[in-house]
Parts: sequence; structure tokens; C-alpha cells
Amino acid sequence: MSQSQPTLQIEDLKTHFLTKAGDVKAVDGISFNVNKGEVLGLVGESGCGKSVTGFSIMGLIDHPGKIVGGRIIFNGTDLVGLAETEMRKIRGRKIALIFQDPMMTLNPVLRIDTQMIEAIQAHENVSRKVARLRARDALGQVGIPSPDERLRAYPHQFSGGMRQRVAIAIALLNKPDLIIADEPTTALDVTIQAQILYEAQKLCRDTGTAMIWITHDLTVVAGLADRICVMYAGRIVEKGGIDEVLDDPFHPYTYGLIGSVPSRNKRGSPLYQIPGMTPSLLKLGSGCAFRERCSRADEACKNMPQATKPKPGREVRCFHPHLETS
Amino acid sequence: MIAFLIRRLTQSGLVLLVMSLLVFIGVFAIGNPVDILINPDADQEEIERAIKALGLDKPMWEQYWIFLVNALQGDLGRSFVFNIPALQLIWQRMPATLELAGFAMFLSIFLGIPLGMIAGLKPDSWVGRTIMSGSILGFSLPTFWVGLMMILLFAVYLGWLPASGRGETVDVFGVPVSFLTLNGLSHILLPAINLALFKLSLTIRLARAGTREAMLMDYVKFARAKGLSNARVIMVHVFKNIMIPVVTVLGLELGNVIAFSVVTETIFSWPGMGKLIIDSINVLDRPVIVAYLLMTVSMFIVINLVVDIIYSMLDPRVRLGDMKS
Ligand SMILES: Nc1ncnc2c1ncn2[C@@H]1O[C@H](COP(=O)(O)OP(=O)(O)OP(=O)(O)O)[C@@H](O)[C@H]1O
Ligand code: SF4
Ligand SMILES: [Mg+2]
Repeated sequence: MSQSQPTLQIEDLKTHFLTKAGDVKAVDGISFNVNKGEVLGLVGESGCGKSVTGFSIMGLIDHPGKIVGGRIIFNGTDLVGLAETEMRKIRGRKIALIFQDPMMTLNPVLRIDTQMIEAIQAHENVSRKVARLRARDALGQVGIPSPDERLRAYPHQFSGGMRQRVAIAIALLNKPDLIIADEPTTALDVTIQAQILYEAQKLCRDTGTAMIWITHDLTVVAGLADRICVMYAGRIVEKGGIDEVLDDPFHPYTYGLIGSVPSRNKRGSPLYQIPGMTPSLLKLGSGCAFRERCSRADEACKNMPQATKPKPGREVRCFHPHLETS
Repeated sequence: MIAFLIRRLTQSGLVLLVMSLLVFIGVFAIGNPVDILINPDADQEEIERAIKALGLDKPMWEQYWIFLVNALQGDLGRSFVFNIPALQLIWQRMPATLELAGFAMFLSIFLGIPLGMIAGLKPDSWVGRTIMSGSILGFSLPTFWVGLMMILLFAVYLGWLPASGRGETVDVFGVPVSFLTLNGLSHILLPAINLALFKLSLTIRLARAGTREAMLMDYVKFARAKGLSNARVIMVHVFKNIMIPVVTVLGLELGNVIAFSVVTETIFSWPGMGKLIIDSINVLDRPVIVAYLLMTVSMFIVINLVVDIIYSMLDPRVRLGDMKS
């Protein structure tokens, strides 16, 4: 999009959980940028560190997690090590987070208006009345019918899809520069998912908001994201424009992921499944983490592959990427 | 709501009826009050006259029937000992017990919830650990022993607080209360703390468990992601959620506090219903025993009803109409 500075620049971010059993390297040296108005897809299996990445940006990592290295440059400021009071001003105002499970993110005993008004008043000195009007408009904006009445309702009086819309409305309240959407549509049925995806994309285009869309489902980001980062065991193994990566994956893991997605031209033939299981983050050796499951692994893979750029705008972390098919 | 209340009241009536029958049979099984009430030197004729006057010559079922008919008219019989209506006797003693129980509950709630929340927010700090150790002690030490130790320490050894009685009272709407006079307050303090100890420990545990659970919930993380201050997250988002279990359990425990006050009242000679019932059992004052038990059960019923209503107000997901009675 614009040639100006990216909204978010992550450089070699490392977030580890210092548990009694040892260091869990949930995020171990990832780098990526998100530009204004751009949707970045962050894809990977369960437990690969997607949510921890999101929480690291928000400064909301659970104990005993800690950012042990790297930088998170947001609009020119490094968020790592920023004082809590400063961080609080950014949360919800400049960067908003939408969670996976709409049933769990709204407080069950507080009315929707309370939960929306407090999100405004946390950052701006406005009256309840003004805040309420803005909350109402935000509900209308995400397609909730009769928002005036719905403001007085409790979360359990909404369906799952409507609740996620409320959560999205809350995220939009303060017109953030960056939205981190952590699998926000996983719990919803397909038609509602499609609507929300469409609206999210439109929003970014129209307002220039940058978005990180976290998911384990390639088909979700396929029509939504501009660029994609594929994560495996705390590292980004492949990066590039969404269409290039999907059409022509380099990394054996991405290759396997795409092979395991059902599609029309593969009908009848059995779906591919990546063999083995996600490795324990506690017991990662020094080599490539995908080694045990990779059909291309050899002696070289006992070392850690560095990121290479086989093509402009593409990046892969593998000794033997699928380059021959291209 | 109305349907719920009607259903609830009908059930309560049945409970009271069954209860009165059980109590009546039970009290008969304890022994014959004549042996205790009447001077052993009295002659046969005198004894028989007394038995007749008390209505004890009739068969049990007939006595129960008479009792039931009278009870429906609000007459639970006269105390054999004091020769005044049993109900009146209990009414006289009830304010003292309610005041003690209420004061104890007040202590448990206003100390227990903050302490429990602190322990839940900082479970590994020394403050959190100290609070929890204290609550374990409160749970495991027997009430009567703690009561005696408190008397020994504060009344006998240090001499700071009186060991028995209600002290000076003032009338509020015709009901005598102690806690509004300094002297009365000094009298209620020890027994109230003694009675509160168990509930305080319970409240601390409930508040701590609720806080720890809530802090892990997505809605707390989402609240923080909105940029709310820590204070608002804890005082609004967490607090409102832990109030649900705390109020429910404590409400139901209020009945127990009243029942348990028997022990505390006896130790501290607090002139309430608990002391009355112990004295009445000692002399087999049947009408008083029966009336006391019926009153206590009624109180439990009313308390449970009120708790359900408060619960439905605290938790918007619960509607009274849907609730099983
Ligand atoms: N509080 C914690 N203590 C210890 N380890 C943790 C903690 N939270 C996360 N982790 C570790 O971090 C890793 C990454 O977790 P994360 O939640 O980011 O996965 P994810 O990619 O979001 O998976 P999912 O798709 O299931 O949401 C997990 O494998 C887990 O072992
Ligand atoms: S580095 Fe080796 S083991 Fe790792 S993905 Fe590439 S080929 Fe497979
Ligand atoms: Mg996750």
C-alpha cells in the first residue's frame, strides 16, 4: 500500500515461558512487518505460538512468559519494555485484540453498554452519554439490528455470531491502527464466518487499519490476507504474498498444509496428512524443528536452517525447499 | 416470578408440616417432662392434675392434632417452665441471636472478600500464603475451643473485653440492639468473632478461588486488552463475577450461623435463642423446643428464598421462573 513506514515491525522477537520444567520457547526469533491497510495472515498448527505472538504485541503475556529478546516497533515506538502505564494507553486505543471464542470474551455479568462505554472512557474523557452514542453507532456499523435496545442486553442474550460482532465493534470503538484478530471466526458457522471476513477486509481497505489475522485454517486467509507468515514451533518458516505462497509453497511444512486442505480438483483422492505430531517446545533440539516429520530431511537438517530469499518478496527457512516445481 | 413464589411457598408449607410431625415425635422420644417439671414429693393426685393441665394425658396423635390446630392459629403452646407462650419467649430472644449472627456475617463478608481477593491475586506472595494459612486454622479449630481461648486471652488475661452478656442495649424500632452502644459493642465483639471465624475462612476461600478462576478467563484478558486499568478490571470485572458464588453460599450459610450460634451463645452466655433452646432441652420444655425448631426451619426457608432472588439479580443468566425450586 503506502510507501511510508509500516504500522508494525517485529524484529527477532523471542517470547519464552520460564517454567519449572524448563524454558518453553513459544516464540523464538520471528520478524515480520504489517503495513497500513494490509491484512497479514499468521498461520500454523495449534501450539506453534500464534496467540503468544499476539499477546506479546499487546504486552499481555501470562506469567511466567517473558519477552526475552527482539523489538516490536509500533508506529515508530518500541513496545518492548514500555512502561505499563504507556502500554495501557496503546491497548484498545491504538491496537485492538479480538479473541477466538466469542462466548468467553465478554464478561457474562456486565451489560453490553457497560463493556463498551468503559472501553471508550478508558482512553478519552467523554461523558457516559456521548460514549453510549458512539457504542450504539459501532454496533450498528457491524450489522447488529436495533443497536439501541441491544446495548442494554447481556452477552448471553446474543448468538455466537452476534457476540463476535460485539467484540469486533468493541475493537473498532477507538479506531485503532492495528487489529490483531486471533482466530475470531473459528467458533462460528461458515456463512457468518464469510460475512465477518468480508467486513473485516473492507474495513482495512476503507480505513487503512492494519490487521494481523491469526488462524490455523489456510482457507480462511486465502481470500482475506495480502501476505502470509507460516509459523512452526515458534518460528516463521515461510513468508510471502498470499497467492504466491499458496500456489507455489517452498517449505515442506507449507507444502503439507496446502496438501491437507480439501479442494474440488482433489476430490476422490485421499487427503494428505502431515505425519507425526507437533514437537514439544520444551524438547526442541538445535536442528530444524520439522525434521522428524519431513520427507526431505537429511544430515544437513540437524542444524538450524537460516531464512533465505529464493525470490523477491519470498522468504523460507529450509535447507531443501520445494524450488524445483516453480 | 409469581409462579415461582407460589410454587416455593406451597413446598415450604409441606416442609413445615412434615418437619413439625418429626419434631413432635422426636421430642416425645426424648423423655417425659413430668419427671423433671413436677416436684418428686408431690402426691399422686397432684401429679395427675398437673399432667392433665399440661395436656399430657391424651395419646400422642391427639396431642399432635391439638398442636397442629393451635399452630395454624399462631399458637405454638405455652412454655412449661415460664408459663408464657413459647413463641413470645422466642421472639424475645430472637433479636439477640439475629444481631449476633448478622454481626458475624458482616465481619465475614467485609473482611473475607478483600482478604480472599488479595490471596487470589497474589497466591504465591507471603501475604497470600499467610491469609490462606489463617483460613485453614479458622476451618480446623473447633469453635468452642477458640471461644474459650478468646475468653481466656481477652477477658481473663488481658481484661480488654467482657466475657459474657449483651451489655448495654438501645432500642431501634422497639428492638434492643447492642452494637450501637460502646459497652454493647465491647460485649458483642468476642462472640461475633468467634461465630464469624468459620464463615470468614469460608468466604476467604470462595473469594480466592473465584478470583483465581476469573483472572484466567478470557473476559479478563479482553478487558485488559481494551486498555482498562488494573483497578477497574479487578473491582468491576472480577469482583462482580466472584460475588455470585460468595453471595449464594454465604446466604445459605446464614441459616447455619443462626443454628451454630447455639455453641457460641452458650460459651459467652449471650442471651439469644441458642441459649434458650439448650436450657429448654435440659428441662424438656417441649413447646419451646418445638417452636424453636419450627422457627429455625421457617427462617431457613425464608433465607433460601431471598438468596435465590438476590442470586437471580446478580447473575443475569439466571431467571427465577426457570429455576428448580
Ligand atoms: N502460560 C503458559 N505457560 C507455559 N507455556 C505456555 C503458556 N501459554 C502458552 N504456552 C506455550 O506456548 C505455546 C504456544 O501457544 P499459543 O497459544 O501461542 O499457540 P497457538 O499457536 O495460538 O495455538 P492455538 O491454535 O491452539 O491457539 C504452546 O505450545 C504452549 O506450550
Ligand atoms: S530444513 Fe530439512 S527438515 Fe527442515 S523443513 Fe527443510 S528439509 Fe525438512
Ligand atoms: Mg491461539
